Amino acid sequence: MSVITQGTRQHQPGKNPSLPPPINTENPLYWVRKNLFNSIPDTSLTLISLYMIWLIVPGFVDWAFLDADFFTDDRFGCTSDGACWGLITSRWDQFIFGYFPREERWRVVLCFFLLALAMSPVLYDKIPYRRPLLVHTICFPVIAFWLLIGGFLGLEAVETSRFGGLMLTLVLGITGITLSLPIGILLALGRRSEMAGVRVICVFFIEFIRGVPLITLLFMASVMLPLFLPPGVTFDTLLRVVIMVTLFASAYMAEVIRGGLQAIPTGQSEAAQALGLSNWQSLRLIVLPQALKISIPGIVNTFIGLYKDTTLVVIIGLLDLLGVGTANLADAKWLGLSSEVYVFVAVIFFIACFSMSRYSIFLENKLNTGHKS
Amino acid sequence: MTTSQDLKPSTHKKRSLIGRLWFDKRSRAMIVQVIIIAVVALFIAFIWHNTYENLKQLGVSSGFDFLWQSSGYDINQHLIPYSSVSTHFDAYTVGLINTLLVAVAGCALATLIGFIGGVLRLSNNWLISRISYCYVEFTRNVPVLLQILLWYGIILKLPMVRSAIELAPGFHISNRGLVMPLPIIEPGFAAIPMAFVIATVGAILFSRWARKRQDETGKTLPAVWVGTGLILGLPILTFLLTGLPLSFEYPEMKGFNFVGGMYLRPEFVALTWALSIYTGAFIAEIVRAGIQSVNHGQAEAAFALGLRPTWSMRLIILPQALRVIIPPLTSQYLNLTKNSSLAIAIGYMDIVATVGGITLNQTGQALECIAMVMLTYLIFSLTISAGMNFYNKRVALVER
Repeated sequence: MSVITQGTRQHQPGKNPSLPPPINTENPLYWVRKNLFNSIPDTSLTLISLYMIWLIVPGFVDWAFLDADFFTDDRFGCTSDGACWGLITSRWDQFIFGYFPREERWRVVLCFFLLALAMSPVLYDKIPYRRPLLVHTICFPVIAFWLLIGGFLGLEAVETSRFGGLMLTLVLGITGITLSLPIGILLALGRRSEMAGVRVICVFFIEFIRGVPLITLLFMASVMLPLFLPPGVTFDTLLRVVIMVTLFASAYMAEVIRGGLQAIPTGQSEAAQALGLSNWQSLRLIVLPQALKISIPGIVNTFIGLYKDTTLVVIIGLLDLLGVGTANLADAKWLGLSSEVYVFVAVIFFIACFSMSRYSIFLENKLNTGHKS
Repeated sequence: MTTSQDLKPSTHKKRSLIGRLWFDKRSRAMIVQVIIIAVVALFIAFIWHNTYENLKQLGVSSGFDFLWQSSGYDINQHLIPYSSVSTHFDAYTVGLINTLLVAVAGCALATLIGFIGGVLRLSNNWLISRISYCYVEFTRNVPVLLQILLWYGIILKLPMVRSAIELAPGFHISNRGLVMPLPIIEPGFAAIPMAFVIATVGAILFSRWARKRQDETGKTLPAVWVGTGLILGLPILTFLLTGLPLSFEYPEMKGFNFVGGMYLRPEFVALTWALSIYTGAFIAEIVRAGIQSVNHGQAEAAFALGLRPTWSMRLIILPQALRVIIPPLTSQYLNLTKNSSLAIAIGYMDIVATVGGITLNQTGQALECIAMVMLTYLIFSLTISAGMNFYNKRVALVER
């Protein structure tokens, strides 16, 4: 039997659980040696990466913060070598509200606030007053429509062409996310249906949408959709884009959910049948909750993809967060500041997408019932 | 059966014909299908009719005749002869080649970046694995369009051609793009690919023979080393023996620009680089998940059987990891190809920019142009999925 050496004394393993861990595993120097300088190749890799970090990070910090000008009215006001954040600080309202009429902007602010309130009970189930908040969540789409577009109940109508900036990104992203999940579930069920006709239609739809780039669908929305409608009927551009983005995401969502449905053993629905549940009940109470739970990572990935893909509307001329940036770059006052704009927009997207992926990990851990192999 | 009908005949009689059809599983499925198909067909007919009416009103003649008309616009990157008097169909071909060029270069580069990123992420070295983690998270969570614009912006801000940065001997990058040595093939070069083919066949035959010998006698031969030696050695030997029939034309600075060498436009460089970096992050995660998916017991069992680490990697871990890695990897290749359509944002003339952009605007044949672009992408993706399904069937675990 082996023995554990503690200092100069030797102990039988398992006999002395109260002993402190071996000294050399507690030491931070030991950690450094084990994780950074374990062997000669390891050490050289560490040194190379330290050198690269030293090359990149201080340079970036200098550019973004230390040498940067934060408040100027045009690019000529930027005298230092670093970034010129004046474009963002002087136009921040455009980056948030787009071209929404100035005197109506309180509506957008209110809508942001109500959105946070509507999302809180969905995201976190231990919140106080969850029930009334959920009622608010269900009513939120109508409230948001009223606040943003208006035209009835005492609010002035605002053209959707005035939407822009972060607000447009959020409108596209959140509408797409909310609608793509139910449509995706329906498509996934349709693709697994026993009815050949329904299955064929769903397969065609899903494979067509997944086979073409989103940009061609957006082109289709902007060029071809007017041709599809009866002469004289026009369709709001924003609505067209929302429909296309949603359909695009729901095809991907359907495949993710189909994967989840396939992973549920047939025994589950057979057991439900044996208990006397109808097809619909077994789907709603037994199969779907389990299938959705295991497809959470995929679902959230699709959400993140959809949120990132909203930037593509720039190409067909809508001014989302990125679009406001590129539009301002065309202004002679701010020519050549592309890096600043792109870095700023990238940071905003990174925060949103990274928090979504963190939340998905949190949700997975919360719903984990320990049945994972 | 008859007894149960006798027991409750009343419920059966009360239902009308429609009710009976609805409560029978098979006929209900039929009714639902007929309704759904009818709705879809009506919807399509409605769109068809509207389109027909609209086109008639606009006076646009449908059809693909416009493809044979002169295009009247130039494309700055063309690998086949093309000028503004060429037809729209030529423009389509040039665009298609440009798309494929970005796709192939991007996939190769992304695979390289992704495998390195994925392996480094699993490194025992804390710093290396953190750097890889930061790379993956930063690139995955930022829209690819933004990254393309960012890299394009960076390339345009590089020094002028005259003070181009030399990345490696012969590789100069400036705001006009990347110039690099051009390989020039001289007579006698054909012997090298032939030597390569012969060496590959030889290596395969040798490894078969080695395996057969191992099955019979239990003695192993260094098949991998001999194979690698053959495949690399024979072409190099031929290369030396035939008198070095390949040379590189190095770009030279003459006046205001480089002369000679291979010139890659800034749009191409930015697009390929941005797509590779972006897709590489996804591939890195796939590779990591693939390697981690192999049960630790497998490596331990291999070790217990006395296999050397390189052998257990090659024979036990890698084949199992690849089964997990390859399907999502191909879908990433497909994503990269589809994302290359964002080229239009920086003016790289791919298929979307040529047919879906300028040709569409010039001829007004929106339906035909968009349909052509969509069909091309559909063919790409259906071909790749078909190949993928074939592969999946071959490597799938066979259970009970």
